Amino acid sequence: MTGAAAFDELRDLYQEVILDHGRHPRNHRRLADADRSAKGDNPMCGDRVEVFLRLGADGRIAEASFEGRGCAISQASASLMTELVSGRTADEAKELASALRSLARTGACPACQGAVAEAMERLAPLGGVSEYPSRVKCATLAWHALEAALAGEGKATTE
Amino acid sequence: MNDARILDRPAALDVAAIRAQFPILREQVRGKPLVFLDSAASAQKPRAVIEAMVHAMEHQYANIHRGLHWMSERTTEAYEAARDAAQALLGAKEREEIVFVRNTTEGINLLAHSYGRAVLKPGDAVLISAMEHHSNIVPWQMLRDSHGIELRIAPVTDAGELDMEAFATLLDDGRVKLVAITHMSNVLGTYTPVERIVALAHEAGAKVMLDGSQAVVHRKVDVQALGCDFYVFTGHKLYGPTGIGVLWGRRELLEAMPPFLGGGDMISTVSFERSEWAKVPHKFEAGTPAILEGVGLKAAIDWTVALGWDRVAAHEQALTDHALARLSEIEGVRVLGQAQDRGGVVSFTLDGVHAHDVATILDRQGIAVRAGQHCAEPLMRRFGLDSTARASFAAYTTMAEIDYLAEQLARVRAFFR
Ligand SMILES: Cc1ncc(COP(=O)(O)O)c(C=O)c1O
Repeated sequence: MTGAAAFDELRDLYQEVILDHGRHPRNHRRLADADRSAKGDNPMCGDRVEVFLRLGADGRIAEASFEGRGCAISQASASLMTELVSGRTADEAKELASALRSLARTGACPACQGAVAEAMERLAPLGGVSEYPSRVKCATLAWHALEAALAGEGKATTE
Repeated sequence: MNDARILDRPAALDVAAIRAQFPILREQVRGKPLVFLDSAASAQKPRAVIEAMVHAMEHQYANIHRGLHWMSERTTEAYEAARDAAQALLGAKEREEIVFVRNTTEGINLLAHSYGRAVLKPGDAVLISAMEHHSNIVPWQMLRDSHGIELRIAPVTDAGELDMEAFATLLDDGRVKLVAITHMSNVLGTYTPVERIVALAHEAGAKVMLDGSQAVVHRKVDVQALGCDFYVFTGHKLYGPTGIGVLWGRRELLEAMPPFLGGGDMISTVSFERSEWAKVPHKFEAGTPAILEGVGLKAAIDWTVALGWDRVAAHEQALTDHALARLSEIEGVRVLGQAQDRGGVVSFTLDGVHAHDVATILDRQGIAVRAGQHCAEPLMRRFGLDSTARASFAAYTTMAEIDYLAEQLARVRAFFR
């Protein structure tokens, strides 16, 4: 029962990366000196996250973190996001957010070339949600909040 | 275990025969046989309902109450037969007390809009409970904000029962004019003590509306014996089609209420200066109704009643006992609500695993459960939870399905450990 083989059929969605980040989310804390923050709200399932960004002198994202509770998918996605957007400009982060959304919805990402290619490789496990339409928003919630924070909006909803 | 109790009863439900009447139960999902444990959200449909609706479309259909022709007259009869069936189902005194609506939500909105504005006065209070479905919260909030009524909330105990002491206290000042409360919680499975609620409310000068969305599926309801004033339910949870539900009200109360929607069918005369309303229930049934759904609802009521309420109750009690026993064997499972009087709805959490992940993994094994807040966000907050998973049972649910649920839940736990 404990062998990985017993759960083979679950691995399409719950790959090890997702389980790991879901169990031990990185940067899961409030940033006291955040320049930007935004809440993300998924009214359908009750998931809530808040994303914090500290911007560097060069305008790039120097540090990203998040707070909130939710399912393994939403925690893993938020956790990976905080790692992947650090060091990026707002435009690069937005490009990544849009590529992630495409991946989550369709399981494919034709635009995942060039600058975002490497980051998208790490996010690829989240493509599994495309088989579960009701779970797509779990994967995209933190990224909506990221975009709202970058736009200075303070609040995002997946509806 | 409890199986013995079912098998021992001479009059037990023949679940295999029942399942054979539900074509959808032969479906596979994600390569596994469907194990449908989400009947509290909406029940599957027996062949009798499907065939009644198909038969109407193939052989007997026209608009109703309007045509003078044969087809219209026959269709009107078929549709109105649903009113008789609903009257009998609820034990209502008169067939005219049955108002067809789209669903429970529309029934409660009708009541809030019409009774709420015409009979309740600013400063009057409406008393609901902390375990209501959003459909029995939001319409009253809207009435509060537009009409100046007060909205009071009777608390729920840790066991998931209505706190009757607090309930009585909230009635004390005599300002509550309507108690609107669920007959059975869609999250906790709790049945509310309706007889006492009605006695206390009436003594305090308040009318009582019961949300019977869940209860009507599992128990014989007799509105006259219960003594309530309004009763609402939705057809799709009672093995019937979507798009039709019932608001029952005592005739004198319905007669004192203004219409909700205006249009065809709800008037007796119309001129550009003024119109006169039709009699109840038609006053509340503007426009072409859900004709085919009415036909389907009648078939669903007939089908359910024919099962026998005693047998349905015994079956569901056995399923619930078995589910509670099996779930309690799994480390980390916590069941929400331990009411004395409860029905076949079991909400639970699994330590360290979010309810959405539980639901998705069960889904992967062919098991349909609901996960989330179950349209009862305030109740979730009351118990300090973001979400739960919920398994709910119907006449077609088997003990083996519950065993399968328990086995797969144990796997979910192992997977996330
Ligand atoms: C207790 C309760 N009340 C009201 C409703 C609303 O029913 P409907 O969505 O059919 O209006 C439901 C089910 O969703 C319910 O379980």
